[in-house]
Amino acid sequence: MPGSWLRVSSLGRLARWTVAAVAIGGASLDLNAESHSRRIVSLGGSVTETVFALGAGADVIAVDQSSLFPEQVRALPQVGYFRRLSAEGVLSLAPDLILASEGSGPPPVIDQLEASGVRIVWVEDGYGPDAAIGKIRTVARELGLEERGQELENRIISQIGEAEDLRKLIVEVPRVAFIWGHGAGGVTMAGSGTGAAVMIDLAGAENAASSMQGYQPISAEALVLAAPDAYVIPETTLASLGGFEGMMRLPGMSATPAGRSKRVVEVDLLGFIGFGPRVGDSLIDLMRELHPELKRDVPRR
Amino acid sequence: MFPGDEKKTAGPSSFKGDQRVILRLLPGPVTLLAAVLLGVALTCLCVGPVDVVPSQIAAVLGSTVGLDLPWTYGESERLVVLNIRLPRILLGIVVGGGLAVSGALMQGLFRNPLADPGLVGASSGAAVAAIAVIVIGDPLLSLLPPAVASGALAVGAFLGGSGAVLIVYRIATREGHTSVTTMLLAGIAVNALAGAGLGLFIFASNDQQLRDFTFWSLGSLGGATWARLGSGAVLLSIGILVAPFLARPLNALLLGEAEARHLGVPVQRTKAAIVMLSTLTAGAAVAVTGIIGFIGLVAPHLVRLTVGPDHRVLLPGSALLGAILLLAADLFARNIAVPAELPIGVVTAIIGAPFFIWLLSRDPSRRGWT
Repeated sequence: MPGSWLRVSSLGRLARWTVAAVAIGGASLDLNAESHSRRIVSLGGSVTETVFALGAGADVIAVDQSSLFPEQVRALPQVGYFRRLSAEGVLSLAPDLILASEGSGPPPVIDQLEASGVRIVWVEDGYGPDAAIGKIRTVARELGLEERGQELENRIISQIGEAEDLRKLIVEVPRVAFIWGHGAGGVTMAGSGTGAAVMIDLAGAENAASSMQGYQPISAEALVLAAPDAYVIPETTLASLGGFEGMMRLPGMSATPAGRSKRVVEVDLLGFIGFGPRVGDSLIDLMRELHPELKRDVPRR
Repeated sequence: MFPGDEKKTAGPSSFKGDQRVILRLLPGPVTLLAAVLLGVALTCLCVGPVDVVPSQIAAVLGSTVGLDLPWTYGESERLVVLNIRLPRILLGIVVGGGLAVSGALMQGLFRNPLADPGLVGASSGAAVAAIAVIVIGDPLLSLLPPAVASGALAVGAFLGGSGAVLIVYRIATREGHTSVTTMLLAGIAVNALAGAGLGLFIFASNDQQLRDFTFWSLGSLGGATWARLGSGAVLLSIGILVAPFLARPLNALLLGEAEARHLGVPVQRTKAAIVMLSTLTAGAAVAVTGIIGFIGLVAPHLVRLTVGPDHRVLLPGSALLGAILLLAADLFARNIAVPAELPIGVVTAIIGAPFFIWLLSRDPSRRGWT
């Protein structure tokens, strides 16, 4: 049957769905056990992170699939992929506020939720520390936590200042490749126009794959051509490849300067390209990892 | 039992006289299926993630026709019943019915129980168009209001699906004659081409676009609103209601094209009508819900196994059974993963495929359920 490949390719997803469904079914039993002053559904990893950083985590009753930080959100009911919400599913949680990352949907479901009297506040997305500050401001204003929001904002601003000072001490500008994906078959490299490219640039490095647009599948030749001095890779991707050894077994991976000198920087995906409250920490950590001269000059916090 | 042996076994006119009298006394299969559909639809109305008790549902429904029933309900119950469940159920009925009817029409045209509109490009054409809208349209559509943007996806999928089938039909039509075999082969070619186009767009897509497409390709009845229901439901209802008018020529076609022509059936016009109608319904279904597999294949097959290949019963029966199956699958999809929702294409395949295999592996002599 034509189109059946779609079904085959989604078997893995199906398995995960089933496991998730069972897990969610179990978790939803004690849903109403706790009382909340507000009942917030948070959509988007960095939005959820922002709510928790503002200290309102206890009011979050459900999150979307991409909300993975802090650890305790993993125990909350999950409403699935944030662009494929279920109107009745969300309503069954009796939320009074939905903090929706830009692009949450589908639009008809958003309309149905709004018609049901749930307040929906859109949180703008984007790349860079300004995007993180924008999210903090929006969420803090909505939750009446402006004071705490200002603290978070000040912290990011001072970290950006610190990063700027560090950049002045940089002697060498390394070429960096951000590797992202799941399993040996699905590994991509970040080209320009990606969040990773923004972070690499801010960290005083050069994106080795800047000639490509977006995330592109890696090939041995593309890697050798990019010739990165260092790899930056999310912990989850590295684990799915079977650690450092598994990563180096990918064609071309060990043939680059980064492969030869074994320079691999592990990052937390959401902290690195989620552009939430941890953006400053991620940036400074990355700078220290990428520039050995900074490690020498400035003691690690 | 299809297509050769129905000459021996079934056929509406081959019933013995006394059998016919007994059958007339029993409720017909179509009436039975309609009753089951009503039951499933009512279950869907009553069961969902949000708790609404049947008496409240009755009161809500009563209030819409000016009937004041003694049960109280809140505004949220009213919205869940009227704005979420009811349009979703109606969408499920027309989409399930439409998918099954377009499958039955294609099976009649190809005289093959395994045919469905996907065979001649309806699904893959719609898929290419959908991913094109998602990938290319992304920068353009972001300028439009989101409601219009999601409409573009539906229109694109409809045009892609129906366009692919029409291309196949044109390739197979020479000098006023459509070769069904050529259609099948052209369908394979168009599907392969669509697969290549799909691959190109997947290559060019970013993570979010790919995810959007993956979910679209697994189908969903979610987000059914009265406005969205309106546009799709008109086309689907036309398909479902007009199809039975093709029952007699389709029955004649079962005997073979030459035989049908001798019986006075305008074969070419019938084929054109079948292709048009099947394309229209399959295209509209895929446009409003994404790709939902197995309904178009399984529903007509089950009806044929039970009541035989007479299209006068097969077409309305398939429409009803398709609606029943899709509603039942949706009931499962929206209640199993609360507060999230399983893509319905996953449910139709996970239940449909093993059931279909079980049917096929039964003793061939008992397959007719006689």
